[in-house]
Amino acid sequence: MSHHKLEFKNVHFTYPDGNKAINDVSFCIRHGESVGIIGANGAGKSTLLMLMMGIVFACQGEILVGDIHVTKKTLPMIRQRLGMVFQNPDDQLFMTTVYDDVAFGPRNYKMDEEDVVKKVNYALEVVGISHLKDRAPFKLSGGEKRSVSIATVLSMQPDILIMDEPTSSLDPKSRRKVINLLKSFEHTKVITSHDLDMVYEVCNRVIVLKDGRIMSDGSAGEILTNGGLLEECGLEIPLSLKSCPRCGSTIGRVQE
Amino acid sequence: MPDLMNSLYNLRLLDGLARKETPVHRMHPLVKVLVTLIFLVFVISFDRYEVIRLMPFFLYPVIIFMLSDIPAIPFLKRIVIAMPFVIGIGILNPLFDKQTLVISGVAVSGGWVSFFSILIKSVLTIAAGILLIATTGMDKIAAALRMLKIPKIFVLQLLLTYRYISILIEEVARTVRAYSLRAPMQKGIQRSAWGSLVGQLLIRTYDRGQRVYQAMCLRGFTGEYNTGNYARLKTGDYVHLLCWTLFFVIAKIYNIPLLIESMLKGVIR
Repeated sequence: MSHHKLEFKNVHFTYPDGNKAINDVSFCIRHGESVGIIGANGAGKSTLLMLMMGIVFACQGEILVGDIHVTKKTLPMIRQRLGMVFQNPDDQLFMTTVYDDVAFGPRNYKMDEEDVVKKVNYALEVVGISHLKDRAPFKLSGGEKRSVSIATVLSMQPDILIMDEPTSSLDPKSRRKVINLLKSFEHTKVITSHDLDMVYEVCNRVIVLKDGRIMSDGSAGEILTNGGLLEECGLEIPLSLKSCPRCGSTIGRVQE
Repeated sequence: MPDLMNSLYNLRLLDGLARKETPVHRMHPLVKVLVTLIFLVFVISFDRYEVIRLMPFFLYPVIIFMLSDIPAIPFLKRIVIAMPFVIGIGILNPLFDKQTLVISGVAVSGGWVSFFSILIKSVLTIAAGILLIATTGMDKIAAALRMLKIPKIFVLQLLLTYRYISILIEEVARTVRAYSLRAPMQKGIQRSAWGSLVGQLLIRTYDRGQRVYQAMCLRGFTGEYNTGNYARLKTGDYVHLLCWTLFFVIAKIYNIPLLIESMLKGVIR
């Protein structure tokens, strides 16, 4: 399944204003992996996602999706394989109905309208929002909007799901719904977030970024319990892995 | 501030209305666009003194309005909003046009007649435009324009402008809200802050627009706005197009109000 691979080889990226956002980053994400990319604000998480999606191009180094280099020429192919869910659903939803928004991607790939209907219905069903089909996106709640933006990406049947802060600004119940949804996907997932509890639940691998460099790359359990490393990178141990202030037990560990 | 949010809701109201299910809404968008275009051409084609002959054309917006189940007050409000501009254009006609016309034996000032002609033409054309948007929706209108082979760059411009207006209003509302919360004693926005506020707004809207555009590109957008396939025109669509065109032609050739008047006179005699 090499076509589901996502590889960065010594990637450097500097913004036009001279800000060096990504500095010699290398990693390889394989089929079926769920990878959390964490780091403080300005660590380079969003830039990394933009590089993956070909919104910006590396100044140096190579980015490969499967065996294909991310270049201007290969973008249409790459973007069909990678589905990105934006941090703010309002940026992603712009059509007048949920259905049209979910159909936007498949229609752009010139699929038959019959196929489009099938794909849209499938995506809406998977996310559990078939009942919102004819609603206007701007009238939905935050959680519903997030689900719709996930559906807009699923309708393109991508191999790899890329998500920027999927649980930000959601109420606890909506957050739980999104987490369960993410856990149910068998796609390769790349998730950036400050919600480390969610990362712990959804991801099996974590990459920690600091000032555009990879500080650590390993299993979620190992990294998210390493207080020193997280502290150094402007993060802290997720609440679910901290000791209970009353009884001293660790909820996360108890579950394990 | 509430005005800004209101205008956003108003804008979205049209989108909401376009999703209703009435015979007019179900009609093929191409037919609706064509009938509206033909209507506009015919209404504009009348001479500035032919006020009476314009009257039969009210039948079109009235019938479409009644069939499409559109609430009257928002509809009329939108027509009224444009009136100050129309009055601004025509108000000098009575001063400059001193010609006297005789209509049904009564002498009237040509200036006033042409002023009313501008007013009536505006009401008719604006009403037809609003009805088209409220019964079709911008996406379908764009699809119809593409079917008419209008270059995609123009259609896209129309669509994106329509979409970006709401983004702009949202940003303005947010900025003004933040400003007014920190300036509770002020009425409106101080002149000294205008420059930086507008600058901020431009940058923020630009950024937001950029993100929306990126989201579109990531889902395979290459400049063609695909809104799905539309069924072929049905018999009902052809009948709608034909009947209205026929009616407009008849109203253009014959002076229907005059015919009705003479008929009535004949009956009375």
